[in-house]
Amino acid sequence: MIARRALAIAGGVVLLALLAWAVNAGLERLAGVEPAAAPRAAEPAAPPPGVPRITATLFYGSADGQALVPVRREVALAEGVVPQGREILAVQLQGAPEPHVPVIPPGTSLRAFYVTDRGDAFVDLSSEISAQHPGGSSTELLTVYAVVNAVLANLPTVRRVQILVEGREADTLAGHVDIRRPLERDMSLVRESP
Amino acid sequence: MGAVRGTASFASISLVLLLMALLHAQGTAPAAPLTLVSRDGRRPLATTIVNGQELVALEDLAALFLFDVREDTLAGGLTVVYRGQSIVMSPGQPMALVRGRVVPLPAAPVRSGARWLVPLDFISRALAPIHDTRIELRRESRLLLVGDIRVPRVTARIDAPGPPTRATIEVAPAAPVTITTEAGRLIARIDADGLDLSGPIEGAGLIEGIRAGEQPRTVAVLLTARAGAAMAVAGETGGVTRITVEVTAPAADAAAPAPPREPAPPPPAPATRPPLQTIVLDPGHGGDDAGVRGARGTAEKDVTLAVARRVRTLIETRLGVRVILTRGDDRAVGLDERAAIANNSKADLFLSLHANAAPSADLAGAEVFHLRLDREGEDARRAAESEAVALPVLGGATRTIDVMRWDLAQVRHVDASAALAAVLDEQLRAQVPMGSQALRQAPLRVLTSVNMPAALVEMGYLTNEDQERQLGSEAFQSSLAQGIYNAVLRFRLYLEEHRVS
Repeated sequence: MIARRALAIAGGVVLLALLAWAVNAGLERLAGVEPAAAPRAAEPAAPPPGVPRITATLFYGSADGQALVPVRREVALAEGVVPQGREILAVQLQGAPEPHVPVIPPGTSLRAFYVTDRGDAFVDLSSEISAQHPGGSSTELLTVYAVVNAVLANLPTVRRVQILVEGREADTLAGHVDIRRPLERDMSLVRESP
Repeated sequence: MGAVRGTASFASISLVLLLMALLHAQGTAPAAPLTLVSRDGRRPLATTIVNGQELVALEDLAALFLFDVREDTLAGGLTVVYRGQSIVMSPGQPMALVRGRVVPLPAAPVRSGARWLVPLDFISRALAPIHDTRIELRRESRLLLVGDIRVPRVTARIDAPGPPTRATIEVAPAAPVTITTEAGRLIARIDADGLDLSGPIEGAGLIEGIRAGEQPRTVAVLLTARAGAAMAVAGETGGVTRITVEVTAPAADAAAPAPPREPAPPPPAPATRPPLQTIVLDPGHGGDDAGVRGARGTAEKDVTLAVARRVRTLIETRLGVRVILTRGDDRAVGLDERAAIANNSKADLFLSLHANAAPSADLAGAEVFHLRLDREGEDARRAAESEAVALPVLGGATRTIDVMRWDLAQVRHVDASAALAAVLDEQLRAQVPMGSQALRQAPLRVLTSVNMPAALVEMGYLTNEDQERQLGSEAFQSSLAQGIYNAVLRFRLYLEEHRVS
C-alpha cells in the first residue's frame, strides 16, 4: 500500500499550513477527489523551494540483474490519478539509484499516460524502449514489469497496464514478452533485497 | 430396415447376377464391371458402353434393388416402381421423372434386345433418392456402395525420397487404423467394410511401393532391402485419417557424429505410431534483428542458428524424426510466421532457441521458459475444456469440433509444455551451467500461438564475458545440442506414457 507522507516545505510557513496540507492529501488518497484549492492558493503567497511530494514504490534491477527490487522514492504530488501516474512514470524511466541497475533503456521518455473507465492504464513510451533494448527474455521481463508494477503499486484504481510504443500497440519490446494485451502485476520477479 | 431386406436379397441373387453378367457379355461394348460393395461382400455389376455412355441393365438393377419395371408398350413409357414411388422415363428422352420431378440424365434409356439399358447416373440421380437403402456411386473408383457400409477412400503418396523416405496415406472419411511392421513391409489395417483404394503407388527412396495388402482392408508399404527402421503414425484431422510413414536408413548409414556423452540408450525406433514425428526448432532473431550482442560482438542470431543446426543433425540422424527450422539461414522471420510454420507442419514439439541478456554482467546460466497464461488465456483454457460446437456435415450428421482462438492455441498444451520445460531443465543441467531459477514461466509471444507442446530455451547470457566465449564455441554449442537432444528423447517417453488414444 501507499505509505504517503505529505511534506509542506516551509519558507516561513507556519504549522497550521502544514496541517492543512496533510489533511488535504489524506482526503485525496481516501476519496480520490481532487485537493481543494485553498492550500494551493496559499502556496504562492510563500513560494516554496520545492513542491509537495509523495513517496512512491518504483522498481529497479537488483545488483545481480536477476530480479526487480522495490525502491521507495519521492515523486511530485499531482492532482488525480492520471497526472500522478505521469509523475511516477517520469521518475521510473530515469536511471536507477545505487546499487540498483537500470532495466529501462536510457533515453526512454513518456509520451502519454491515460486510464480507461475499466481501469486499464496505457503507458505510451518513446521508441527507445524498444529500439535501444538490449534484448534477452530475462531483461525484457524486467523492463516490462518495472513499468507495469510501478503503475499498479502506486495507483490502486488501475487494474492492468498496457505498454504502447510511439502511440501504437506493440507485439513485444525486443521479440520475447507478449505486450499485445494489458498486463497484470507480476510480483514473482520482485524480491526485497537489493 | 430396407438395408436388411436389401442385403438379404443380394445373397440370393448373386448367382443370378453372375449369370446375367455372363449372358450380357455379348452386348454392345462391355466395359469393366462396377464393383458392388455391400454387407454381403463384393460382386461385379456389368455395364455396357453405347455411344460413349456407360449404361447398365435396368433388369440387373431391379433384381438388386427390388423394384418393378413396367413398360407401357403403347406410349413407349418405362416406369420403375419401388414401394409406391415411381420413376418414369421415355425412350429418346435424356431425363427421368422422379416423384414427379424432372431429373436430367446424360442419355436416354436404350432398348437392347429384350432389355432396357439406362445410364449409370440413373442409379445416383433417380434411384438413390427414392430408395430406402443408401446407394452411393463412385465413378472414379468404379464402386457402387449399397447399405450402411464404410468404404473410405484411401490415397497414398511419397512425400520425400529421403532418406529418411516419407510417405502419407490418407483415409477419408476417417477410420481407426492399426499399424504393424513385418519383415520388409509395414501394414496399415483400416477398420472399415472395404477400401476404396487408388492404384498402387510407385516407390521412391527406401520405399519400394504402396499398394493394397494381401489381407482385405489393409494397405502395404513395401520397403527396399536398404531400408532400416520404418515408423508410421496415424492421426485424425478434419475428418481424414492421415498415416505418416517414415523409413530411415540403417543406423550404420546415418553417419552420425560421435556423441560426446551418450544418455540413457534411446529406445529402438521401429515402435508403431511414434508420438513424436515432427519437431520444429526456432532459432531466435535473424536478419536485421541480431538479438542480444555480447561485448565481444557475438550475436544471438548466430548462436541460435548454430545450435539449432546441431540439434537438427542429432535428431534427424539418430531418431529419424523430421526436423523443421523456422529459418535455415540469417534472415528475419516474424513471430507469427514462426508459429505458422510450426502449426502448418503439424509439429509435435516446438522449441525456440535464444541467448539471454541481463542488466548485470554477473548473471550466467541457461533458463527454460514455458508459457504463463494471463487471465484471458486461463478463460480460454477453461472454455476449451468445456465448450465444443456441433457442426452439421454432409449427410445430415453432426461433427463435434473444439473452438479455440487461433492466437491462444498454446492453451491446449500448457501441461505438456510444462513437462517439456522440466525435461529440458533436467537434461540441460547435465551439460551446461544453469541459472539459479532456471525453470520459468512467462508470457512469451512466440509460444502463445503454437498448437503443440512448446518451450523457449535461453541458452546462456551473452552479457556475461565467460558465457559469451562459451556460446560462441563449438564445444559448448555441442553440449547444448546434446542436452536438448536428450530432452527430446525424454519428452518422447512422456508422450508415449500420456498418449491420447
